[in-house]
Amino acid sequence: MLSMLPQVLIDGLTLGFMYAVVALGYTMVYGILEFINFAHGEIFMVGAFVGTEVLLITDSLGALEGMNPFVAFLITLIISMAITGLLGITIERVAYRPLRNAPRLVPLISAIGVSFLLQDLVRFTEAIARNAFILNGPQLFTGKFDLGFAQIPSKSIVIIVIAIAMMVGLSLFISKSKWGIAMRAVSQDQSTASLMTINVDKVIMLTFLIGSSLGGATGVLFAQNYGSIDPFIGFILGMKAFTAAVLGGIGNIKGAMFGGVVIGLVESLAGAYMGQLTNGAFGAEYKDVIAFSILILVLLFKPEGLFGEAVKEKV
Amino acid sequence: MKKRTHLGILSAVLAVGMALAGCGGGGSSSGGGGSEPASSSGGESSASSGGSGQAASGGTLEKILIATQTPLSGQQSNVGDSLKTGAEYALKLQQDEFKKMGFDLQLFPQDDQADPKQGVTNAEMLVSNPDVLGVVGHYNTGVSIPASAKYDSASLAMISPGSTGVQLTEEGRKAVHRICARDDQQGPKGAKYAMEKLGVKSVFFIHDKTAYGQGLADQAKATFEKGGVQVLGYDGITQGEKDYSAVLNQAVSKKPDMIYFGGIYPEGGILAKQARDKGFEGYFMGGDGLDSPELIKIAGAAAEGILYTSITGDISGTDDGKKWQEDYKAAMGKNAENYSVYGFDAMNVMLDGLKRAIEANGGKKPTREQVLEAVHSTKDFQGKFIKVTFDEKGDNEYADVFIWKVNNGKAEYVERVE
Repeated sequence: MLSMLPQVLIDGLTLGFMYAVVALGYTMVYGILEFINFAHGEIFMVGAFVGTEVLLITDSLGALEGMNPFVAFLITLIISMAITGLLGITIERVAYRPLRNAPRLVPLISAIGVSFLLQDLVRFTEAIARNAFILNGPQLFTGKFDLGFAQIPSKSIVIIVIAIAMMVGLSLFISKSKWGIAMRAVSQDQSTASLMTINVDKVIMLTFLIGSSLGGATGVLFAQNYGSIDPFIGFILGMKAFTAAVLGGIGNIKGAMFGGVVIGLVESLAGAYMGQLTNGAFGAEYKDVIAFSILILVLLFKPEGLFGEAVKEKV
Repeated sequence: MKKRTHLGILSAVLAVGMALAGCGGGGSSSGGGGSEPASSSGGESSASSGGSGQAASGGTLEKILIATQTPLSGQQSNVGDSLKTGAEYALKLQQDEFKKMGFDLQLFPQDDQADPKQGVTNAEMLVSNPDVLGVVGHYNTGVSIPASAKYDSASLAMISPGSTGVQLTEEGRKAVHRICARDDQQGPKGAKYAMEKLGVKSVFFIHDKTAYGQGLADQAKATFEKGGVQVLGYDGITQGEKDYSAVLNQAVSKKPDMIYFGGIYPEGGILAKQARDKGFEGYFMGGDGLDSPELIKIAGAAAEGILYTSITGDISGTDDGKKWQEDYKAAMGKNAENYSVYGFDAMNVMLDGLKRAIEANGGKKPTREQVLEAVHSTKDFQGKFIKVTFDEKGDNEYADVFIWKVNNGKAEYVERVE
């Protein structure tokens, strides 16, 4: 029973780091605007499609054959991040900025509208271009490290390394750079920040740019890990990432990272061991119940989330 | 002023978003208007072109709509479209015949999105339209059951081409019919094949928690248990997810001879792929939900050797079937899939019932009750590929189960299970 534990942990970590990076997008926007960008899951999905399309097109041109997989992967990642970053800015400009002073529910509804729009736009374009909207992209990393007690797919390592790199980069950016300091200032008090010659609109745009490009990059990682994507992957993953953000304390960056990894691990462990521990009464289908129960428990006893004390230091 | 324009843009975006999201519902109404050319050239009479078939002059055709209800959008739209196109083809072939009888027969395709809520909403709309005299649908058992309650209350005949879940016809609704096999035929026959021909000794079951998927897994499990096969596990997954490593870690670590999956191809393909990635070497088997070329695209190389029971037999195996496939492609511009056959023959059964109802009614447009009565009494009807006799419950007495296997990137017909 314990023999599969290393495998379970590796799968859980891979999943958890993906949740964590997507959760960052939710938490950053919330930290600045106090509004939940429900279209973020769809931005992640667009990132997955852009990445897969880039790989499919280079493959059909025959260019992928001789290319170093890491180079191909980095190029894909950069293109996808650029496009989803721009998409995030556009969405903010068109769908959220005009509503900034409206009651909070209004931009939320707008976000849900955007998320439908993106789902169906991708579905239609793929259906027209490829006659199918479930895309199966080329896998760049197919190797495995056999450790005897567990098999680590090389793609898991790539995913975890890139996710950690993105998270460390973001933390440094926010704590050290001038723009990062401006972001923190805006999240604390928009009007005072604007008196300190901070261009609030620009800071908000930057937040969407970073959050969305991180989401898009995760989409590429996701497509590499599972190979098959469809326009609806953003919904469930977005829900879980949002849960992770709330679990860690929404608005708190470290909290989002921690929450993501916890949700991923809990899901993986519950899925693998629930059935055996309860003697088959509760099977793997209850893994989400466990993950969400943990969320409810945390919220009951610590409504601000696990890392919620640092309310002042949100973003 | 500026604010107002922004709001305008936003509401436009929202409106487009909502329209796109909802367009699956009623986007495709059959353009019946085009088939009623105004016989008189007088300008005044053509102004009242709103009502259909109200000008009861000798030449006008009475309108009859036969609806299809299948998932035309979403993950399962591939199968849904095959079913719809098959039904459309059957209807096209008989349109002229109905015209001679004085009826304008049209297809009325609906998109149930594989979603029970959407299926019921569509069903209410169909029931309230008096021109609709029959429904070919649905694909998912979980959608068929709630929608059939609506059809039954209006005595609207329904023929499902692909809902195999046992419960559907056990609810005792008269309007319900299906031409495919039931899961208590399909599951046990698949299990029998696995035990007798493959020598499987231990099985791990995975299902997708739907009425169809879990039902099928339960049926197969019962037969396996009766045959003394060891059941190593029984677990559910969530439709629409992509990461099934949690369940698969458990399944693969127990080294079963076979993983049996009750569910549909989007999940089936991913499960097969991730199981092989984790070093699973046994058989992978499922039901007719796996019967789609998409399965092979999704699973890639891992699709090799996947077995599934299907309610559709080999159509390209005979010259007659090959010719039908060619004609189908020429007429509809799409390849005939296995499920096209079921859409095609479900429609044929429906139209046969409709014709008998018209005859019984002296050539006039029959009521829904009359159509239902005629469909229900279908006996020894030979469709293109499927023979149909409905029993009291609405099941087809001639329904068969076939084994298919993926070989060299293509699904190959193996045999008919006795």
